[in-house]
Amino acid sequence: MQENIYKNQILTQKNANLSAGEYLTFTLGGEVYGIEILKVQEIRSYEPATKIANTPDFIKGVINLRGSIVPIVDLRMRFNLSSVEYNDFTVVIVLNLNKRIVGIVVDSVSDVLALSDAQISPVPDLVASIDTKYLLGLATIEQQMLILLNIEHLMTSQEMALVEAASDFTDK
Amino acid sequence: MAIDISQFYQVFFEETKEHLQQIEQLLLKLNLAQPDFEHLNAIFRAAHSIKGGSATFGFNDITSVTHVLESLLDKLRKKEIALQSAMIDVFLQAADVLNIQLNSHIKGTPADSNIADAIVGQLLALSNDEHLINPKSIIKNNNDIDDGFGFFTEEKAIVDDGFGLFEPVQETDKAIVHKIISELVAEPVAENRHMDRRTDSRRESERTTESSSIRVDVAKVDQLINLVGELVITKAMLLQGLSHAPEALLQALSSNMAQLERHTRDLQEVVMSVRMMPISNLFSRFPRLVRDLASTLKKDVELITIGEDTELDKGLIEKIADPLTHLIRNSLDHGIELPKARKAAGKPEKGRVTLSAMHQAGGILIEVTDDGAGLNQALIINKAMKSGIAIPSKVTDENLWDIICTPGFTTADSITDISGRGVGMDVVNRNISDLGGQVNVTTVAGKGCKISIRLPLTLAILDGMTVALGDNLFVIPLGVIVETQAAQQENIKGISNEGAMIRVRDEYLPIIAMHKALNIQSKFTEITQGMLVIVEAHGKKAALLFDSLVGQQQVVIKSLEANFRKINGISGATILGDGTVALIIDAPTIIKLGQAMANNDQTIAKQAKQ
Repeated sequence: MQENIYKNQILTQKNANLSAGEYLTFTLGGEVYGIEILKVQEIRSYEPATKIANTPDFIKGVINLRGSIVPIVDLRMRFNLSSVEYNDFTVVIVLNLNKRIVGIVVDSVSDVLALSDAQISPVPDLVASIDTKYLLGLATIEQQMLILLNIEHLMTSQEMALVEAASDFTDK
Repeated sequence: MAIDISQFYQVFFEETKEHLQQIEQLLLKLNLAQPDFEHLNAIFRAAHSIKGGSATFGFNDITSVTHVLESLLDKLRKKEIALQSAMIDVFLQAADVLNIQLNSHIKGTPADSNIADAIVGQLLALSNDEHLINPKSIIKNNNDIDDGFGFFTEEKAIVDDGFGLFEPVQETDKAIVHKIISELVAEPVAENRHMDRRTDSRRESERTTESSSIRVDVAKVDQLINLVGELVITKAMLLQGLSHAPEALLQALSSNMAQLERHTRDLQEVVMSVRMMPISNLFSRFPRLVRDLASTLKKDVELITIGEDTELDKGLIEKIADPLTHLIRNSLDHGIELPKARKAAGKPEKGRVTLSAMHQAGGILIEVTDDGAGLNQALIINKAMKSGIAIPSKVTDENLWDIICTPGFTTADSITDISGRGVGMDVVNRNISDLGGQVNVTTVAGKGCKISIRLPLTLAILDGMTVALGDNLFVIPLGVIVETQAAQQENIKGISNEGAMIRVRDEYLPIIAMHKALNIQSKFTEITQGMLVIVEAHGKKAALLFDSLVGQQQVVIKSLEANFRKINGISGATILGDGTVALIIDAPTIIKLGQAMANNDQTIAKQAKQ
């Protein structure tokens, strides 16, 4: 336990750009993304959420997850992907970010990959829809680019409107 | 393997807190002239438990204070010294010091050893004070003899033993002894024995209640409540699913389902009652407050508490502590007059503040009553006018209360550490309405003031009206609903649907179009197809426009903020029978939202004209 916390600290200190570890990969549009597996609580199929007034469109609303009220964010809408449809394959990845639970809607979940530092390269400043500060790095797996998201920074950022203001982690 | 003793710290901290609370309560109950022997014993036992626990865990500062406290208490209960009011003060201070020490151990910061030394010094001074040697201690000795002589003949035993023991006693004391002996002789010994047995059995019963309760983490209880809530929902889903089942299956299962229904309902009730606590937990902290405050203000005040057994949700008890403290402080500071003024007004010099709690109409009613001067209407109105608060032509008690609750309002000319900053009543009112409660005030000039607080029994469950809007269901707390009615054309005033008003019993209320406020596609197109729910909050009324009413039900309140954030106009969420989430309408902010919308519409209209 203690060791893990220590390890995490080292990882963050090393700068968020290079982080070896296990990643859950999923697809949004044509691209493959990866998030740290340790942040994932569970994966479930999409079910309609209760819409909440006066919130951005990408917040689909809240669902009942075994008694807790959990907000659902559609990452496809957040990243302005052209086709957003809800079918049998649409899944919700339920994340546990520092005891706050949030669900993200993605097109499909693909794999769990173990990545070493050597496989991860830093991000060039040209991914348009996502600010590079929310990315951990890029990796190439079997000729395909994998975008590693810093999901915790992204979800707690102010523009996500998921948490009360003034908890933006961003370093300017 | 060494045992990690720190895992038991939490238990010690909790127990010690309870013991300290008990000591304080009992100290305040003590009658100086005739201290209740049982109470002294109980105080001694509590102090002894703290001493034992602190020594075990190595909190030596606590041990040293309790040790001195305990030895003094021991002398008291053995009646070696007489109880004096100065002692109670020192004991209370000692309890405070122990509390400070305890808190510092909880936080892990070292406590100031000076305060401990000071209190130990005071306690030692008291226990060594020769003047305090109790002349009445003789009585105790005499009682001992009384117990011992069962097989002697009474007269002889008393005369012989009595005088043998009291050789060095002075003349006055001898007189006392004589008097007591004669009393004892008159009183049958059997009676005494009987009394002793009664106390014994009482002690026995206390012991059994102690051992039959267990200490449980509140988080576990909450988890239990959550799970039962889930079970209730699952049961409802099961019932819903079964309605499509073939007839034969339905019949086979019907009695089982009925049983399941009954069991879940019982279970829910029991689990809910676990969170209920008697309000005495809260009331017990006020005697000390009143005592300290009264002596600071040089007033003579007694606090009477009624209905301490009334049970309500633990969460509620914690949340009304602050508002109640404010109200009691106010009663003492502004309500109760100085003894002289009271005498001049023909009232007893001792002021009286009554704190009562009772169940009423599915909720709880807490009242703070004082027999002081009442609200000073002229002064309040005067101050209100100076600070630019609007005042109606005919001022009622409610109006006065509204004025008092205006943020920043104070009648005090100078700020004291008791009151006068003008934040108190405003906070009281807001806290209570946040809990879904209401405050009422009745005041008679010169006679006193009564502030009544009506609260729901629990924060976890809400009686609500489910309403539909578009594809969504919302829950409105029943407490804020005044009435509901279909929107009828002849009652609706206003040019368009924008900023419309409705006439209800000679009152014009703004209509808040909920589909606009919540940005939802409604099923109705005309106002007249909708349903109006008239709500009242913070003294303001408004008519909320929905599609239709669905029904009335109890819902379990869930926090939106745990995983999400606060949403304007929504106070929380709940899970309906089919497992979907419904949002709970927060009437006060919706009314504000409606006003903002109306203002907005007006500015747009004005801009269009220009």
